[in-house]
Amino acid sequence: MDLTREQLLEAYRKMRMIRAFEEKLGDLVTAGKMGGFMHLYAGEEAVAVGVCTHLGQVDTVASTHRGHGHCIAKGVDVSAMMAELFGRATGCSKGKGGSMHIADVDKGMLGANGIVGAGIPLATGAALTAKLKKTGGVSVAFFGDGASNQGAFHESLNMAANWKLPALYVVENNGFGEFTPTEFVVPVKDIAVRATSYAMKSLIADGMDFFDVYEKTGEALEHCRSGQGPVLLECKTYRFAGHFVGDPLVYRSKEEAEDWIQNRDPLDNFEEHVLEASLVDVDDLRRIDLEVQEELTAAVEAAEAAPFPGLEEITTDVYCTAGEGA
Amino acid sequence: MSRKLSLGLAVNEALHIAMETDPDVILMGEDVAGGGLREGDGIDEMGGVLGTTRGLVKSFPDRVLDTPISEMGIVGTAVGAAMTGMRPVVELMFIDFLGTCLDPLLNQAAKLRYMLGGKARIPLTVRTVTGAGMQAAAQHSQSLYWMTAGIPGLKTVIPSNPADAKGLLLAAIRDDNPVIFCEAKLVLGATGEVPEGDYEVPIGKANLVREGSDVSLIGFGGTVPICLKAAKQLADEGIDADVLDLRSLSPLDEEAILTTLAKTGRVVIVDESTPRSSVASDVAALCVDQGFDSLQTPVRRVTAPHSPVPFSRPLEQAYLPTAARVIEAVRSQG
Repeated sequence: MDLTREQLLEAYRKMRMIRAFEEKLGDLVTAGKMGGFMHLYAGEEAVAVGVCTHLGQVDTVASTHRGHGHCIAKGVDVSAMMAELFGRATGCSKGKGGSMHIADVDKGMLGANGIVGAGIPLATGAALTAKLKKTGGVSVAFFGDGASNQGAFHESLNMAANWKLPALYVVENNGFGEFTPTEFVVPVKDIAVRATSYAMKSLIADGMDFFDVYEKTGEALEHCRSGQGPVLLECKTYRFAGHFVGDPLVYRSKEEAEDWIQNRDPLDNFEEHVLEASLVDVDDLRRIDLEVQEELTAAVEAAEAAPFPGLEEITTDVYCTAGEGA
Repeated sequence: MSRKLSLGLAVNEALHIAMETDPDVILMGEDVAGGGLREGDGIDEMGGVLGTTRGLVKSFPDRVLDTPISEMGIVGTAVGAAMTGMRPVVELMFIDFLGTCLDPLLNQAAKLRYMLGGKARIPLTVRTVTGAGMQAAAQHSQSLYWMTAGIPGLKTVIPSNPADAKGLLLAAIRDDNPVIFCEAKLVLGATGEVPEGDYEVPIGKANLVREGSDVSLIGFGGTVPICLKAAKQLADEGIDADVLDLRSLSPLDEEAILTTLAKTGRVVIVDESTPRSSVASDVAALCVDQGFDSLQTPVRRVTAPHSPVPFSRPLEQAYLPTAARVIEAVRSQG
């Protein structure tokens, strides 16, 4: 493994931040302090962070309705995200996008998406740009097992494979498409096999294990970056909190959820691994836990104190006027 | 200098100029090269189903991309490419195929800038063929521009002649917003004088193509020649018509519409599409809402009926607006 201590601590910080961020949102929505449809990423942290640890400024990410984790992993400012989710003018999209459209193009985060599967062609287009402009970048599409049943998935993979685009398709198979178990609607056990139809390389990773995701992503990106075309990476994972905040969770047993939460938590896995191998100090991890909580508390306070956008913002940003930058 | 070209050739010329002047312009679509890079005796390119993009792949082999028949993938990919620095021109063979790729336009291209608080640009052009007149039947003959014109974040333009087609397409490609560029079958083969060189026709500006004072005939795309024909016949009866070519359906040149209404007090709108939720209804509403004091007669709309486009030739001909129906509408105003 080629990760330095600093990189490991940074990966842990991001995973811890995602977990704490999502727990905070769950509390805020339940308490009626925050509105909108909220889909939490808790449980899947190792996927976003395992993949994004490989990415740089030139690389882009397109995300899903469950997009906060991808934002944090790609380096979007947590304070601006929190303000966005509170619908404030100081939000990363001026409060006009909210949870399902959270984005920061400057960070290469092209956006969460309210339409299942819609980010996949967007990432494919970003990969086309990278290839035509020879930026050296790769484009990553994160999406769920549900999205792999959309036409947009199949059309995109076919085009990307045909054009040998530098695209990484990361399917976060959390076992459920909304409330329906994947095996009820998908005839294959592994989504990864769908790559075969497009003569595309595929890999399967344990999505609860940061190190496995990191390693498989490294192998995939080497393939993409060397001009051999796209890769489909399936990460087997589990969402701890249900489809959305308020999900009654009647469709899964408590035992099943508890087994994942107690025994396969990606943060616990990470901690065990790095401590056993003496890669970092336990005090470092606890210090990060505290810093993350402090940062989040400050982000919530700042967001709640920030102004709402002016009503004139209803009709701004619909069109771009001549010469206006992105 | 100008010479006579068909609307299709004017579009082709605009594409050449756009690609020559900007290395970020790419052309994507089904058959846009169409065998253009294939080696072999007697093999030539299709350049699109109607030949509109012929010659482009030879000039720009890396930037003319034949795609699979995957409209959702093509348009969605183009939106992603536009968002990250390219300036794609997509050919959607017929606007009827919007049914297979509405999401990337409706929920992505149209809204990304807004949802991202102004931090994205989507310089995308979708060229598409609209309307009846080729006996292409119900799934290849619709005039669905009313759908795209009704979506905030998209622009929709429709030229009525080759010169406007060239200038509007160059403006569309260079616009930083997603623009739907409609090529109406009724005028696609029509020829007209086209200036040489690089020029743009501004999006959002209607064009008064005939001046009169008795009635305003408002058309766009394929209905402009119909309005002009009607105007000529009305002139023989002593009725002098203003003919306004909207050219742009969104943004709509409301000022030009209200100006011609104020001048004549009488409006007939001629639209090839079906009447419900149509551009014709939108313009009629504008006239009543904001031009009521100028109106001397009821507003009339000449449109297709609320039905799919029929295949049989006499039925298709009767489906389309005609100069006779326009004249009848003018007479019915009293």
